[in-house]
Amino acid sequence: MTTIGATMRNELIGLGGFVERNVYLTKRYILWDIAFMIWTIANTLTIVFIARVENLPKAKENELATILLVGAVIWAFLGIIFEFMTETVAWERWEGTIEYTFMAPVSRTMHLFGQGAFAVLYGLIRATILFFAVAAFIGLHVPHANYGAAFALLAIASVSFIGVGMMTSVLPLISPEKGAQLGFVAQGVMLVVSGVYYPVSVMPHWMQLIAKISPATYVLRGDRASIVSGAGMRWADVWPLVVIAIASMPIGLTIFRIGERHAKRHGKLKRSG
Amino acid sequence: MSAFAAPTALGTSVRGDVPAVEVDNLTKVFRRRDPKAGRFTRRRLPALKKVTFTIERGECVAILGQNGSGKSTLVRLLSTLLLEDGGEARIFGHDAFREARLIRRLVNRVSVEASFFKKMSAQENLSYAARFYGMTPAQTRTAIPEILAKVGFPPERRTESMMNLSRGMQQKVALARALLTSPVLLLLDEPTTGLDPRSKREVQEFIREVRRTHDATILLCTHDMAEAEALAERVGLLDRGELLFLEPVAEVKRRYGVETLEEAFFAATGRSFEEEQDEDDELREVFG
Repeated sequence: MTTIGATMRNELIGLGGFVERNVYLTKRYILWDIAFMIWTIANTLTIVFIARVENLPKAKENELATILLVGAVIWAFLGIIFEFMTETVAWERWEGTIEYTFMAPVSRTMHLFGQGAFAVLYGLIRATILFFAVAAFIGLHVPHANYGAAFALLAIASVSFIGVGMMTSVLPLISPEKGAQLGFVAQGVMLVVSGVYYPVSVMPHWMQLIAKISPATYVLRGDRASIVSGAGMRWADVWPLVVIAIASMPIGLTIFRIGERHAKRHGKLKRSG
Repeated sequence: MSAFAAPTALGTSVRGDVPAVEVDNLTKVFRRRDPKAGRFTRRRLPALKKVTFTIERGECVAILGQNGSGKSTLVRLLSTLLLEDGGEARIFGHDAFREARLIRRLVNRVSVEASFFKKMSAQENLSYAARFYGMTPAQTRTAIPEILAKVGFPPERRTESMMNLSRGMQQKVALARALLTSPVLLLLDEPTTGLDPRSKREVQEFIREVRRTHDATILLCTHDMAEAEALAERVGLLDRGELLFLEPVAEVKRRYGVETLEEAFFAATGRSFEEEQDEDDELREVFG
């Protein structure tokens, strides 16, 4: 095997190691996961029931409930991606494995991709369960839904979410105490400006400008169109996601590398507790 | 072929014509908040002061020193977890700071804390860690039981959560993790601290076995003088960031005209080993 071939092989095995580790952790914490799933369903129901109290005609109520449900599902999905990416550092620091992971001969790109790949897989499973559980509970009627298009758009958006997640995952590296919380702030801000439960047009103009560079804006818009009216994937939603993905990946990696260098310079790459 | 050699794909060649470790004027300074001097004032805390030494291939060298002496800082620098503030370190001829990816293939480490995902089993912890070194599931299926058996870990307990294992058992798994990847430089940072006497003896015996059967150079950092004397060919003393000596034990004793390493420590530093227990807690936090 050539040197490049061998290196690529080792890198992919390393990437698989991160996915494998998260599979083990998910198995070991499965009861916690089930509890979290129930909490997420309950929380989503509190949002979707808003459509009922409005006393709207049935069709309108159904549409509003779907719009709210898609927002809540994307919020939950993005939450999983950000949580896994931010926990890349925070959890390892807490368990004490951080030094062993960062001294392993696997590139940071594969390290972060591995975390991201598992987060997307796990997030998609949870998002699917959440959507159908809540839809069944409230008797949501979406006969025209194009689930394939909605799923595919979410998968494309995931690449951008991983890129943005890389940027936030550096925060616990720089600030061991407050970094993880700052990651949640970033997640909240992204969804607020992206029209999580409302159209982007109702926000102040300056927020609408920020919405243009948020990948969540396009996935929320596209997935709502697919679920409510059965629209296919629209190029107007796809191309911004592709552009943001192409830009956010290298930016995310560069920011993480700068953060890692800072941590190594100042002795912050170590366990806590 | 080493008894512990794992069939990894990371076939990095190691030069035979250079020392395993060359450290030259290595310096590390941390900056920490100084509450007495104001909220934004930082105090410079030198952790290593122009440390220079060489370790030959296959040698076992022990660096002694109390908490806060800079031992862990030295290990972290050689493991590519810290960047230097001066001087240089070379591992098998490669720059430890500018060729970090390559160095990581050559080095592994066992630290005072076992450092595992506590809910995961020994098998799972070793399995995912081996992937980072290019080992496939087919390889680890046989290599993990073998290595665990060699460190004296009961095979029937390898699927139990780490949190249910004693400190001694966890430390054996840590040794297995380090050796699974066949490192040519093994950094042992207080590997027996906190272990009961029996576990301590078992770990020390295993280190001896590694030396007999495995082509590894060992840097052992410890504050246990008996352990250093028993395991290492040369013993160094790191005191408040300065390497005071690095020689065979007999030469250390002859040089200071003393019978024990404790007495040599006193002769070299002017302080007794017990006095060191009162050292500044903040320094321990920074360098520990």
